[in-house]
Amino acid sequence: MAAQKQDLLAGSVKDAALGALVAFGLFAMLIGMKTEVGIGGLSIQYRWSAVAIAVGIVFFGRLALNLFVWKSERPVTGFLSGLVPSQASASRFSHLITPLLFLLAVTLPFLLMYFLGTRGSRQYLDLAILVTTYVMLGWGLNIVVGLAGLLDLGYVAFYAVGAYSYALLAQYFGFSFWICLPLAGILAAFWGIILGFPVLRLRGDYLAIVTLAFGEIIRVVLLNWYEFTGGPNGLSGIPRPSFFGLEFERGEGGFAHFFGLEFNSIHRIVFLYYLILVMALVTNFVTMRLRKLPVGRAWEALREDEIACRSLGINTTNTKLTAFAIGAMFGGFAGSFFATRQGFVSPESFTFIESAVILAIVVLGGLGSQIGVVIAAVVMIGGFEFFRQFEEYRMLVFGLLMVVIMVWKPRGLISTRAPSIALDRKKAKGISADLVQEGHG
Amino acid sequence: MDYFIQQLINGVTLGSIYGLIAIGYTMVYGIIGMINFAHGDIFMVGSFIALIVIIALGITAATPLLLLILALGLVLVIAMALTAVWGWTVERIAYRPLRGSFRLAPLITAIGASIALQNFVQISQGARTKPLQPLLGGNIKLWETVGPGGNFVVQISYMQILIIVATVLLMAGFTFLITRTPLGRAQRACEQDRKMAALLGVNVDRTISLTFVMGASLAAVAGLMFLLYYGVIDFYIGFLAGVKAFTAAVLGGIGSLPGAMLGGLLIGLIETFWSGYFSLEYKDVAAFSILAIVLIFMPEGLLGKPEVEKV
Repeated sequence: MAAQKQDLLAGSVKDAALGALVAFGLFAMLIGMKTEVGIGGLSIQYRWSAVAIAVGIVFFGRLALNLFVWKSERPVTGFLSGLVPSQASASRFSHLITPLLFLLAVTLPFLLMYFLGTRGSRQYLDLAILVTTYVMLGWGLNIVVGLAGLLDLGYVAFYAVGAYSYALLAQYFGFSFWICLPLAGILAAFWGIILGFPVLRLRGDYLAIVTLAFGEIIRVVLLNWYEFTGGPNGLSGIPRPSFFGLEFERGEGGFAHFFGLEFNSIHRIVFLYYLILVMALVTNFVTMRLRKLPVGRAWEALREDEIACRSLGINTTNTKLTAFAIGAMFGGFAGSFFATRQGFVSPESFTFIESAVILAIVVLGGLGSQIGVVIAAVVMIGGFEFFRQFEEYRMLVFGLLMVVIMVWKPRGLISTRAPSIALDRKKAKGISADLVQEGHG
Repeated sequence: MDYFIQQLINGVTLGSIYGLIAIGYTMVYGIIGMINFAHGDIFMVGSFIALIVIIALGITAATPLLLLILALGLVLVIAMALTAVWGWTVERIAYRPLRGSFRLAPLITAIGASIALQNFVQISQGARTKPLQPLLGGNIKLWETVGPGGNFVVQISYMQILIIVATVLLMAGFTFLITRTPLGRAQRACEQDRKMAALLGVNVDRTISLTFVMGASLAAVAGLMFLLYYGVIDFYIGFLAGVKAFTAAVLGGIGSLPGAMLGGLLIGLIETFWSGYFSLEYKDVAAFSILAIVLIFMPEGLLGKPEVEKV
């Protein structure tokens, strides 16, 4: 027994030392020698202490992991797996938390204003709008990635199509937000079909690259077509939405005047919050209903095994196309909301990073899990707003989390999905990720 | 005509760089059937390591020619070795644990790794573009035509010669490695049938790791060439170069090594001619459109084999 412990310790130390050596190879140049742009060309600033810290972290981190997790009989991370809801507990958890979250979301503006006053709550309301926008985008992408199992790396293109549709329609035809909202969705879905039609015959990973390319094409075109889209300057002066014809303005005929309230600019923010909340909830509702329709079941079947689907007579191209178009449509809706909230759009808002953030939300929340997307969006978008000073580390952490979560729990943190059909309704419990085997999609 | 020849020379140079990156994509795809999305960023890391070594060694244009070439050789070796460590680490951390998982999983970790690498370099080396003084100036004037609007000189720079020669040498060495050595044999065996290769005593994990190591070191060569040719790099170069190299790999037929080189050359030529004759702004759109068109109309590429999907 003692000899075994000895072996374990020696082996762990050796392994950790090897890890540290590799880490030194990785970090010695890139961290230890920083190239600085100076007057006479480039110079190097040495930062050996930072390298020592990085290598030290790797050494002790690996040593600890070796001793207590990987080679240990009772890994200390056991409690971590317990923290992540699994199997039946997750479905109970989501049943419990969904109404709570819903209530919180509905009453949020009033709670904020009650506790922080109108002035203090503004920044938090803005943040809530941002988070809810990402929730909506996440839910939209979840249809494509989570349900149909198609990896879409260019989702932001549809977001851009929606935003620019509204901005351009408002600029050239003077259409209001409420006319443009459905138009933007239809246009985005239309683009989804145009793109999807030739591309969806491709296998999963090729599809990812082509959607990525498409996202970039849209951005480059927006950037270079000065006469139409304003190029890098973007479009500004996009009209704000009205509340059943009532503008959020001071004086006669404004929202505040009509309801006999004192004018306050917070009214519009609250209105925008409820607008995006309703849009997001509609997205969720439609998704949940679609899952129960034949097409939704076909999506999930397609994700699990494409060949089996084909042999059962499902038209895979059309099924994929509907998922793609419906996902794109919600992206378009969210885009036109983005345009009206900002009052300004430019190609800079629609980079690949944006697609990656949305994808990260979907992946980390658990592919196909609606509540998981909400939690991931709140943690990742909201959480980082509270650590503003670490802004530059944001994407690094996103990237690393995507790797770590995928390796640790390939189905995302909340990997349990409510079955869309069950023989006995009372016994219908969540399907654990361990029970389903994903095929080649 | 002269303009055409000049563009041809430039295109071949650019194509060599793309080809070297494309080999990394095509090898990895051939052996484990996944798109190593982080490969473009490995190229970027290689480029940065080369830059740091060049600055640290104090290589400038004033260095005597013989010494300069020796020093660049040293830079190349160091950059290849260290970038290979990066390639190995990415495979070890992000891909190996997911072998046998569902198909999207390694692709998602690849994207995560790509984002992480980009931002790691941005944080550790700064977001500003890094300019490097040209190390090897000078041209060979091939010929000169007198025209009404002034003389047009067709020329090839020493740097272009260096890049093309180095690429040809590397390709020759690499082909030898794949076709004539036990390592190459093991690799081709794994490509054909991983399970059978394992049964016959090939260490599959080790072979896959070595594939990543080779791909990464070739990407480092491309990184050094890119650095010397353009003279500016930043943390974002991997994205575009990666997508274009991937396009090259697909165009040549993914999984085929000569195909990757051929595709790289074609993409380099198309991009150069497109920006020379049509518009500079839309050159990236051209590359992306080619990718989409090739994938849709001939997904097996020029030299590839059609893929049979099995249950």
